[in-house]
Amino acid sequence: MEILVCVKRVPDTAENEIEVNRDGTDIERDDLVYSVNEWDNYAVEEAIQIRDKVGGSITVVTVGNEEDEEVVRREMAMGADNGILLSDDAFNGSDGKGIASVLKAAVEKGKYDLILTGAQADDGAGQVGGMLAAMLDWPYASLVNLLEVIDDKKIKVGREIAGGNQEMNEIDLPCVLSIQTGINEPRYVGIRGIRKVASLEIPVHTAAELGIAGNTVGESGARMKRLDYFVPDAGEGAEILEGSTDEIIDKLVELLKAKGGIK
Amino acid sequence: MAQQVFAYIIHKSGVADDTALEMITAAGKLNADASVTAVIAGSGAELDGVCKEVASSFSEVWKIDHETLAYINAEVIRPMLTRILPKQGIVLIPHEHFGMDLAPGLSVKLDAAYLPDAVDFEGIEDGKLKAVREEYGGQVSTHVLCDISQGAVITIRPGSFKADESKSAGGNIVDKTAEAVEGGLAGGVRRFLEIAEAEVGDVDITKSDVLVSVGRGIEEEENLEMVFDLAKAMGADVSCSRPIVDAKWLEKSRQVGTSGKTVKPKVYMALGISGSFQHLGGLKGAPFIVAVNKNVKAPIFQAADVGIVDDILDFVPELTDRINEIKG
Repeated sequence: MEILVCVKRVPDTAENEIEVNRDGTDIERDDLVYSVNEWDNYAVEEAIQIRDKVGGSITVVTVGNEEDEEVVRREMAMGADNGILLSDDAFNGSDGKGIASVLKAAVEKGKYDLILTGAQADDGAGQVGGMLAAMLDWPYASLVNLLEVIDDKKIKVGREIAGGNQEMNEIDLPCVLSIQTGINEPRYVGIRGIRKVASLEIPVHTAAELGIAGNTVGESGARMKRLDYFVPDAGEGAEILEGSTDEIIDKLVELLKAKGGIK
Repeated sequence: MAQQVFAYIIHKSGVADDTALEMITAAGKLNADASVTAVIAGSGAELDGVCKEVASSFSEVWKIDHETLAYINAEVIRPMLTRILPKQGIVLIPHEHFGMDLAPGLSVKLDAAYLPDAVDFEGIEDGKLKAVREEYGGQVSTHVLCDISQGAVITIRPGSFKADESKSAGGNIVDKTAEAVEGGLAGGVRRFLEIAEAEVGDVDITKSDVLVSVGRGIEEEENLEMVFDLAKAMGADVSCSRPIVDAKWLEKSRQVGTSGKTVKPKVYMALGISGSFQHLGGLKGAPFIVAVNKNVKAPIFQAADVGIVDDILDFVPELTDRINEIKG
């Protein structure tokens, strides 16, 4: 099975508190630790498990600049076979549809049976996979938390729906799936793994090479634009208990007793 | 001319989802004069019941009644919607598991702009809608400008817009089935098999009065013991947020949230839980919420009644000791 996994480099929210910069034009980017989007990591792990079971190869792709190359390399250290960086100034400022258009062009240059994305990334939109599928006229399933290959024509997928239930579907290949966290346990990538792929050449494709007209992607093609970042009005919010830990515990225990929290 | 606004209604067991009435409010914020058309797909008597219910709130209801829609598959309904919806319209869809399946591709097929997971609207100027979204799990918000002049698909975060209970519309029900299936059915490339029900765990957290709930802040699996110790001291049950289940440290049946269980305790202790909207969506019945988190900016502090800014690894054992002392 030929699998393409679309990944994104994002600020690591487990490592950083995300704050808005002084004029609200961006988040505070100094000292941010970046990593591969958490959901994408599950997608790559799933691809590795499929390949190891049924054969084939995995290509990891991202849209970005030379800094974004590091996540492609990291996922190759994890076990992906190939990496591609889609990079061009014309891609800057793309909205979800712009990114999906760029990826579509890359998909059409290869021959893939299965495309995986993370269910969402830092902006919480969860949009690129579904758009890419529609552009390719391939079937799509989102929030996939179970995947079984039936044969080389179809797979079985479980989708995470409400209440801890799972919606089971059979879906024809080629298809696009967005992968939910928890579908597997992504393997650890050690320093040795990173070193092994450190000097690999990762091919870069530009807009011209992909046959993408500049005005269809990037800022000029975007119908969605971010104006600013802000921290919403705190509103009521919690009463923050202050004082020494002992004093805080005194207050908390009283409150818990009053509310029936200690039986 | 004002753009036509549509609301895709999600329903289950013959009852419309709460988001149906929230979308009326959302549509009103787009254009106070807009008449909103509900679009409802399904099959048979159950669908008719939902249409009747919804017709009291919407000025018009479009019904798609087909046996293939008894369980709605986004791949099947998307081509139908693409046929019946006008290209320049505005389509509101709830941002939940079905909406996320349907909406991004629908925006492509309608050649419309896509605005995902909107939590508020702040007006339209020159065909551009100013809306509010959240990023980074709710740690920061953004204003976005979406060019809706050529049509838009907008997903609405459940619970973000107040439900419009006025039931003032009283609209007609229009059967759009023939138009929707014109030229044949599509979407057979993805076939619904069954719903695998959630496994029943050793505790039923939906019945608990007091929940001690743990999130990513616990850091290591071994540290879970202190959470169970606190729960024991309080006479509570242990629940958790998604990362704990993803890490397979606790079973899925203990997960609170839209993709886990909906709980309604009297007291909810959120320990090291950031408080994503998906997590908070599983908390009902207005419990007394205590949040302990070392990140003062965690969204959980907006939802909580009482907050403690501390590392749970330090705070929880001390609290447990105190409660045990009191109880002797």
